Parts: sequence; structure tokens; C-alpha cells
Amino acid sequence: MKSWNPKLALLLALLLAAGANVFSSAINPYYYDILITIGINIILAVSLNLVTGYTGQFSLGHAGFMAVGAYFSAWVTLNFGFSFGSAVPATTTVYVLALAAGGFVAAATGLLVGVPSLRLRGDYLAIVTLGFSEIIKGVIQNAEPLGAQRGLGGIVQHTNLFWTFAGVALAVYGILTLVHSTYGSGFLAVRDDEIAAEAMGINTTKYKVLAFVIGAFFAGLAGGLYAHFKQFIHPEGFNFLKSVDIVVMVILGGMGSTAGVCMAAVILTILPELLRAVSGYSWLPEQVRHLAENRMILYSILLIVLMLNRPQGLFGKLNFGSRKS
Amino acid sequence: MSLLEIQNASMQFGGLKCVCDLSFSLDKNELLGLIGPNGAGKTTVFNMVTGVYPPTSGRVTFDGVDVSGQRPYRITGRGIARTFQNIRLFRSLSVFDNVRTACNLHLSHGISHAVFRGRGYRDEEEKIRAHVLELLEIFGLLECRDRPGNSLPYGDQRRLEIVRALATKPKLLLLDEPAAGMNPSEKVGLMQLIRFAKEKFGLSILLVEHDMKVVMGICERIIVLDYGRKIAEGAPQEIRSNPAVIAAYLGKEAE
Repeated sequence: MKSWNPKLALLLALLLAAGANVFSSAINPYYYDILITIGINIILAVSLNLVTGYTGQFSLGHAGFMAVGAYFSAWVTLNFGFSFGSAVPATTTVYVLALAAGGFVAAATGLLVGVPSLRLRGDYLAIVTLGFSEIIKGVIQNAEPLGAQRGLGGIVQHTNLFWTFAGVALAVYGILTLVHSTYGSGFLAVRDDEIAAEAMGINTTKYKVLAFVIGAFFAGLAGGLYAHFKQFIHPEGFNFLKSVDIVVMVILGGMGSTAGVCMAAVILTILPELLRAVSGYSWLPEQVRHLAENRMILYSILLIVLMLNRPQGLFGKLNFGSRKS
Repeated sequence: MSLLEIQNASMQFGGLKCVCDLSFSLDKNELLGLIGPNGAGKTTVFNMVTGVYPPTSGRVTFDGVDVSGQRPYRITGRGIARTFQNIRLFRSLSVFDNVRTACNLHLSHGISHAVFRGRGYRDEEEKIRAHVLELLEIFGLLECRDRPGNSLPYGDQRRLEIVRALATKPKLLLLDEPAAGMNPSEKVGLMQLIRFAKEKFGLSILLVEHDMKVVMGICERIIVLDYGRKIAEGAPQEIRSNPAVIAAYLGKEAE
């Protein structure tokens, strides 16, 4: 019946992340940057997938939660980074605590946003969540201690391959174990039919808020990883377009398919870079290079074509560890 | 003692009175039929009892507790389960998962159990699995347990809805037109199924149905609604010959 042991898979993933981290100095910094970005995007996409894909609540505010996590964790390490001394174990402890704190504060924001807005459905909910993320951005833009419009710099770089992919492993593990459990089947029931779900004894409000809070937690975690990698964060980095990027990953990967969403996050992170590389190959005919230079147009056309041909997402219902009863 | 008691319940949408000053009660282990012409307010009564709409006025008492105005999931938790007139299965879930979802109600583990997956969690999931498979076997749906719920033939979907409702371990089962769209032989099967489930699980049943063969065949008592009011109540034989009922269904003879 059970074809996988989730805890073992998690352990394996953590070991793999630690192993990959050993070779990080041998990786070209450009590729290294892409790898970390892939990891962060996977966390964002997988967590939004819980809200939109599994629970069916369309949210356009995911970047807002990411911003909360990024700013809060950066604030923690900037202020308390060396309070346990400047040795590596001490600063790493603060970093990990800051990441967790960023996640929890983002989750609390998710609760704050979720409780009033989850009475709404579909387009209305999307607009309200969009509004909330703009408010979060607006608050940061006016908060002097957070650098306001100038952005927040001077963050120490702690995020490496290990921490990023440990975060990916935790997000994927947490969300998959949840939705595969009987408890988590409530999320899917809410998505499929709210009235029937209520009639089966499922508190639909609780599940919707829970999905929002968990999604926000992981978005906050991703934000923390991002802040401690780029070392500089700016409110505009968490704008509406960032939210849309994440939504596109979820839709392209297939709503409610964690494996698909992970693949979509990888593909959509690599694709613009790949097109950038193509435009640099001098042996290619000029027209091809010219086309590749307009990579954002190509990228958009590709998305349209994909959606027309695979409306259920690239990988449809494919899932990690899916099993027969 | 009556299990379900409806006292002077009314349901009004704007100026439209769907159910007007309705009172009736249902005893333990009774199979009560609720009939009436289209638009008489039968489904509205269901929605009032299950909490989809709180009654505008009046009370719904279940098992000695006033449940009027409570959220549907709470009422289900008290032991009322239902099926829907237009089938509402969870369309992306398999037959097995449709039933498993209904087991959520009596779950002792919470979110941390589900994520940490200790022994207690595994034991409970195993128990739920066995329970769901047993239910599916009793109702002959075991072979198709891995198929999507809404890929089943129509009659089987209706049956699956009943199984899903039973998985919430109800005391009272509300069936909203279970025979709709069934052919005669399926209807006979359905009647046997309802009788069987009632005996096996010690259920009380409230049944809304248009098919008179089914209603007269299995109901012990019948209530007739017309324009939201109760116009008759009694054993099937009495209802059959009641002039008010005949008038409501067929119209009065010209004087």
C-alpha cells in the first residue's frame, strides 16, 4: 500500500542538500545563483499550490508574505546577528532562528489576511489578497527602520545550497504529508465542493485559513532565504509581478500537483536564462539571436502556447508518492 | 422520544415563503417520507435541518439539542448526514478518498500528527482505511475504489453518496431524491439498499422522493408538503386516499 516512506525521503533530501553544498565553491557563481533561485521559487510555488491548487483559493498576494518573511528575518539578523558572538555556529544559529521567525511572522500575517478575506471566493478573493500584499509593500516602503524606498542592505550572506534545499525539502515534505493524510483530505474537499464538504462535517473556514497560514509560513521562509542570499532587499522585489510569477508556476505545473509545480518552478527559472544564453551564441544566425534577445516576448508566447495545449498544467495530476488505496 | 423535532419552522427568502410554519417530528429508527409537488419546499426543509440555511423562525431540535442556526459541519458532527439531489461528489477524488474524507469528522489526530507521522497516526490511518474498505465492500463499490468518483455510472454515484454520508457515522440520514434518474430495476435495488442500511447501522431516515413506488414501498409514515405547508401526514395507505393530497398533485375536479 505505502510505496514511500516520507520521513526517509526527507532525510535523504537533507543529506543530498548537505552533500551538494560541499561542492558549492566549485560551481560557477552564475549557475550557483540560478540554483538558489530555483530552490526559493520551488518553495514559493509549492506553498502557493497548497492554497490555490489543493484548497482552491485563488491568491494574488503570495509575494506579500514573502516580503514579510524577508524583511523580518533580515531585521533579526541585522540587529541580533552577533549577539551570540561572531563564530560561525553562533551566527548560523541566529540565521536559522531568523528564518523560522520570518516564517512565523508571515504566517501570523496570513492569519490576519485570511480570516476576513476568506469569506470571499474566486476573483474577489484574488483582488483582496492583491490589495493586502500592496498594503504590506506600502507599509515597508514607508518604514524608515526597514530602509523604506531605499531598500534594506548590509544583510550577511548565510543562505547556501544546503539551507535552500533543506527549505525545499521541508516545504515539500510538510505539504505532501499533509494533503495525503485523512486530515488533509479536507483541503481537497473544500476545493471540490464546499457545500458537500460542510455536509461531511468539515469546517471549511478552518481549512481555508489553515491553508493560507501554512502557505504564508513557507512563503516567509522563502523570503528569509532570499534576503540572506541577495544581501539586499527592496520593496519592489515583492510586487504584484512577483506574485503573478508564482501563480504562473502553479498553473503551469498543474494545480494540485506538487511534482508538476516543482518542475514548473525549475523550468520557469531556467527558461529566461537559457534564452539569454542563446542570444549570446555568436555561431547562431543573427535572426535567431535577435529573437532570443526578445526573450521576455518569447517566454510569454511559450506560456500562451503551453496553456492552450495543456490547460491542466504540464504534468496534470502527477504527484510525488501518489499511491493506490 | 423523537430524534428530530421541527417546531413552527419557517424559511423566507425576501418575499417568498418557501416553508411556512412547519412542525413535524421523526422517531428513532423511523423511515419518514417527505413528498410534495415540485417547489413544495422539500429540499428547503433539508437545508434547514442540515444548517445550509438557518430557519427564519422556529426551531430544529435534534437529539434534545437545538441545532437551528448552527453551521452545517457542526450539525453533521451531531449525527445528521445527507445526500444531495444533484449529486455532489468530490470530483477530483477517487471513490476511496471520497469516503475517507468523510472520516475526517471522527479523527482524533490533528495537523501535527499528520506531518510527524508517528505510530498513533499510522494506526489511525490504517483503521480508517479498513473502515472505508469495509463500507465500500458492503455496498458493492470495492472494485472501483481507485476510480474517480464521478466516473461511476449514475446509480453507483448515488450509492457512493450514501456510503460517504454513512462514513460520518450518522444517527439520522437525509436522502434527497435518491431514486432520481434511476431505471426501475435500479430503484428496486435502491429500496433494498435503504432498508438494509437502516437495519445494519440503526439509522433513522428522512426521505424526499418523487417516485411514488419507492415512497409507498419503504416509508413507514409520510408527510405531504404543498406551497411550504404541511397538508397531510399519515401512513402510506392513508396518504394515497387523502383528498387534499390528490388535489395538490392532480388538481381538484371542476365543480
